[in-house]
Amino acid sequence: MLQVLVNGLVLGAVYALIALGLTMVFSIMRVVNFAHGQMYMLGGFVVYYLYGEFGLPFWVALPAAAVALAVVGVAFNRFFFQPVLASAAREENSMLMAVGTALLLENLALAFFGEKERGVPPIVDGSFIVGDVSENGAILTYPNALVALLSILFITALLAFVRFTRPGRALRAVAQDAEAARLQGVDVKATTTLGFAIGAALAGLAGGLLVTIYGINSGVGTNISTKAFIMIMVGGAGVTSGAIVGGALLGFAEAIGYEMLPGSVTYLLIFVAMIVFLVFRPNGLFGKPWG
Amino acid sequence: MRTLKTRDAAVAVAMLALLAVAPVAIGGSRYMLSVLMNCAGLSLVAAGVWITFTIGRINICQAGFALIGAYTTAILMARYGVSYWIALPASALVAAALGALIGSFILKLRGIYFSMLTICLTEAIRLAFLNGGDFTQGSRGITGLQQPFATDSALPMYYLAVALLAVGLVVTWRVHDSRVGRIFHAMRLNEALAESFGTDVWRYRVVAFGIACALGGLGGSYFAVFTQSVYPQSFTVEHSIYYMLYCFLGGLDYVSGAMVGAFALTILFELLSRFQQYQTLVYGVMMIAVILLLPNGVMAIRAAARPSRA
Repeated sequence: MLQVLVNGLVLGAVYALIALGLTMVFSIMRVVNFAHGQMYMLGGFVVYYLYGEFGLPFWVALPAAAVALAVVGVAFNRFFFQPVLASAAREENSMLMAVGTALLLENLALAFFGEKERGVPPIVDGSFIVGDVSENGAILTYPNALVALLSILFITALLAFVRFTRPGRALRAVAQDAEAARLQGVDVKATTTLGFAIGAALAGLAGGLLVTIYGINSGVGTNISTKAFIMIMVGGAGVTSGAIVGGALLGFAEAIGYEMLPGSVTYLLIFVAMIVFLVFRPNGLFGKPWG
Repeated sequence: MRTLKTRDAAVAVAMLALLAVAPVAIGGSRYMLSVLMNCAGLSLVAAGVWITFTIGRINICQAGFALIGAYTTAILMARYGVSYWIALPASALVAAALGALIGSFILKLRGIYFSMLTICLTEAIRLAFLNGGDFTQGSRGITGLQQPFATDSALPMYYLAVALLAVGLVVTWRVHDSRVGRIFHAMRLNEALAESFGTDVWRYRVVAFGIACALGGLGGSYFAVFTQSVYPQSFTVEHSIYYMLYCFLGGLDYVSGAMVGAFALTILFELLSRFQQYQTLVYGVMMIAVILLLPNGVMAIRAAARPSRA
């Protein structure tokens, strides 16, 4: 049982990081970034090439993944989302654009990286062993511990940034009411760009972290996006605390499910539970009625 | 508005007429026939998505209901030896009943929430069939289904597809261009306002979703005998997204929109098959270009200058 909790904690920490990125973009632009999972996948590939292939240190490769995805995010926002948001009569169009970018990224990755599953050598070797493994003890490998630790570190850093800095306050203001923020002198356009960049960078960081445990392939995007949707719906879309709680919940649910149930039944139950939950709480745990 | 409607009807009738005479024009080419059959089946399924658009919901679970229809047909035929002509309407009914049941709970969600939830629903339905044990035969799927016609020719199946598409169009048209259609329109524009005028919003939403799912089930049932097999992978989230794209591309204000989009994209896809591995990439690029350049769909070209409705 302890092992399940340890696994859940590691998964939950990374999932929270993924959900935070998606919820950040949603809160600012009211757009669900369908390409979030594909951005995660690109982050994984950046780390795979820089760290796994070219032998650069992980401490260089991981920030590189974040920066690369931030650039992708800024470009997507500037060339794809802003024109659609400015011109479209129906909200559906921005959603379709999001789906289109997801398709584009996934197929670019397939064309350039192929379908093969890639992995990287472990960053650190060894493991913590708690108690007797054969009797309710648990193993926490150093790579898993590192991933969980870094995820929690990034989440804390992001929360501090949003809470205490000027651009962070601008982000919160735009999320609450873009018009009012503009009237107060906030540069809404720059803030939106920043929000999208941070959201994309978080996806890249998560991908860069998890590639060290699970490896990466071009097709994981939709799967990750779906998980991210579950997390932000359960937590409440556009709410920071909701994303963190949603991520932790999904992490533990997955860890418990994989321990007790055969393969894909876990996600079947998670989906059913989520749908039932949303019937009673349509806005999630902490959500606002966005409509 | 009048001209748009006329154009809409003209396009729908012209396409059906073209489909009816197409076999003469393309001769005996099985490949071309199967492309058109594919298009017709996809249009039918996408018409359901189009109907959910008219009540202001972005439906990304149509593939799930197509899968339900396909499995209903496959299980009835392979397990119980039921004739296809009973299995076909039964599939539509099962999909409609399940759709109405699920819809009566989830339709109170709106916008992005509804879309994300329906994506998860597609996955859930796929996983349910994957874990159905002996009944659904898991990932092995159900194969070797009998085609309903005893001949070697593809023509009967082709005309079945065209007939089903015609039925789908008539249903969509009747729903859209009637009192019910105007209620749907009012609900899309402002649900609370429609309710305050005495519309039983909940009931009409469920009706719309049920009809949409029935069309999905009908299409799924057709594909099950067309390909003579069904697997949990036959209809996935990706397919759901494609159906949605067909509607967008064709135009959300036109009954024939789903059909125009399905034919355009599917035939395009076949033409692009020369590019081999890059075909879906080109497809993705085109999709983004279409949204940037044709935000209201192909059917709206040149209509933009005229006053459009609502």
